[in-house]
Amino acid sequence: MRRSGGADEDICWGGRKWVFQTDAQRLWLKRMVEKGWTVPEWPREYGGGGLSRDEGKILRAEMRALGCRSPLDSFGIWMLGPALLKYGNEEQKREHLPKIARGEIRWCQGYSEPGSGSDLASLQTRAELKGDHFVVNGQKIWTSYADKADWIFCLVRTDPNAAKHEGISFVLFDMESPGVSTQPITLISGKSPFCQTFFDDVIVPKQNLVGPLNRGWEIAKYLLTHEREMIGGMGMNGGRSRSMGEVAAETVGKENGMLADSVLRAQIALFEIDARAFGLTLDRLGDMAKAGTAHPAVSSVLKYYGAELNKRRQELLVTAGGSDALEWEGPRSHDGFTVRAWLRSKANSIEGGTSEVQLNIIAKRLLNLPGA
Amino acid sequence: MPLILTEEQTMLRDNARGFLGKNAPIAHLRALRDGHDRDGFSRELWKEFAKLGWSGILVPQEYDGTGLGHVEAGVIMEELGHTLTPSPYLATAVVAATAIVHGGNEQQKKVLLPRIAKGELIATLAVDESAKHRPEKIALSAERKGNEIVLNGAKTFVIDGHVADLIIVAAQTQNGAEKRLVLLLVESDRPGLHVERIATVDIHNAARVTFENVKVKADAMLADVDTGGQVLEGALNVGRAGVAAELVGLSDEVFNRTVTYLRERKQFGKLIGEFQALQHRAAHLYSELEVSRSAVLKALQTLDESFENASAIVSIAKARAGVSATLAAQEGVQMHGGIGMTDEFDIGFYMKRARVLQELFGDANYHADRLARLNNY
Repeated sequence: MRRSGGADEDICWGGRKWVFQTDAQRLWLKRMVEKGWTVPEWPREYGGGGLSRDEGKILRAEMRALGCRSPLDSFGIWMLGPALLKYGNEEQKREHLPKIARGEIRWCQGYSEPGSGSDLASLQTRAELKGDHFVVNGQKIWTSYADKADWIFCLVRTDPNAAKHEGISFVLFDMESPGVSTQPITLISGKSPFCQTFFDDVIVPKQNLVGPLNRGWEIAKYLLTHEREMIGGMGMNGGRSRSMGEVAAETVGKENGMLADSVLRAQIALFEIDARAFGLTLDRLGDMAKAGTAHPAVSSVLKYYGAELNKRRQELLVTAGGSDALEWEGPRSHDGFTVRAWLRSKANSIEGGTSEVQLNIIAKRLLNLPGA
Repeated sequence: MPLILTEEQTMLRDNARGFLGKNAPIAHLRALRDGHDRDGFSRELWKEFAKLGWSGILVPQEYDGTGLGHVEAGVIMEELGHTLTPSPYLATAVVAATAIVHGGNEQQKKVLLPRIAKGELIATLAVDESAKHRPEKIALSAERKGNEIVLNGAKTFVIDGHVADLIIVAAQTQNGAEKRLVLLLVESDRPGLHVERIATVDIHNAARVTFENVKVKADAMLADVDTGGQVLEGALNVGRAGVAAELVGLSDEVFNRTVTYLRERKQFGKLIGEFQALQHRAAHLYSELEVSRSAVLKALQTLDESFENASAIVSIAKARAGVSATLAAQEGVQMHGGIGMTDEFDIGFYMKRARVLQELFGDANYHADRLARLNNY
């Protein structure tokens, strides 16, 4: 199945409540599930394709070359899956991974809280162990697609008396459990990808604890690294086929073969230089990771640089688009695709740890600066 | 090919770092300056470069060279950026050797390349004619008269021009109704050729060279009207990637010295590295340098794998490395405070060298413009 504009509407998220937009989308998912290629590099016994990293890279390159859409996107694939593969017990892997691979269960991530943004480890959502189950009470915020998700992976405080990083646990539970409710948040882009999520005496079976009790922070950090690399990847052109030079040529025109706005032309060229160099940095740090010579904290460099770069891209696209790019509704602008993407991009340097938090991490862990 | 150095390349780097750190640290540059050295570099050290195989690094083995690639040549450039060692390496072993390897006929290669590899011949490329790098606007004329070619015009910013035995001159020649670019091999002692040494801010070496009816034989043609433009572009691309690699090494050195200072210097009863205002600037700079390093390595690899298709990535690398090295040098001086402004302290040398390398073979503006042209806007 080929990609169209790369708009939100093309994405297949899966899950109990999922309604396929087209027959082609349903069929494409079915066929890719049969090959294990929704998660090509996961082991076959958990619904994956059993491919090596290099084979996975080739598959992705071939799919890109053919213009294939991703058959299934989800937080289960990007985040929970890798965490369970590393930290989950055999029973948890067998229970959850195949359902993620087949697109049957859609997951959301319960991390941030109203009082715990950049200082994530100060989170207050409480889980009390009572015999064979936890009782969860509290509130999460910025839970992506919580209103559409089936299950949540959630950070909870299981020891309120321990130091803040040491009393946190990582638990999984069904969003249909009694006591769970969600409230979508409308963003400046006019969209509502995030929710507030409330837990009121939610019962969670003890076997849904991943990793040891009170040792959830390690898993949380591992997942944040994943998330940072993912958001860093946004610095790359997300499958957009037209170059920025072409977009600008339509609005400002050309003189002697060059963009008629010479200042914009220079800004675009300098942006392209940085964007290409950043793409090569993703490659190089990936190659270093494979060779075992990458520092784990370089994900913060990618997150920081990628987020700032994408914000720059969106600013330039709106500038290049002129007043056409300011349209908010209607088919001509694809319901404000450019301007909403610009607004959405402002969150890139906030979500998954702000740019300032990334700079703190770089200063402390990569540069060993004192007191950081 | 993975975007990391191979084991052999890493060994070359470590050896070069050890050799230069021992034999040509910043003190070497200071001694040349303070002694008003006539050559501006050490001929003894240059002989050592030849023994190590560096002067013939891009010369094929059949011409007595080391026959390594552009990544290896860039590894040496990067290390020279750490120590700021003046030497004919860039002009001779990187740029001139490339022009001869890609443009020369068998006779020219047989005569010139082994002498370059042995460190016996200092050669350079003369391209710029005005204060800004504009190779597409070369005006120096090469006129055919019988069996001779007569050169008239002037060149500037000719790297190591004051010590070069051989100058590869980019010139225009009449070809039917239009003018075309050619490259000529001109010995620096030809009558009518005047060399004026330029003292640049970085204590490295360059010259203005003027040509008044300088006559060379027809066999001095290195690249003719059919190949001149392409050979010049290739040699410049290799030079640009080399300069970018030196900028990466220079930035790395400035950055490490600066971060070390942040960990040691105390003010207000605290290490200044504890201040978030400085931490964030250092972390931002680190990110910028990591991104430049990727572009430069890719440019060097592309020259090895697909020489003809390297122009865009070379421009990206040169522009990036120039901008991020400028930031590194400026932050280096600022974060060192007053001591960074003193001649006694080394950090200023890096800022001066970064400024010169930013200009050499086209600054970031030139390369951004070139990239836009290559991408049709």
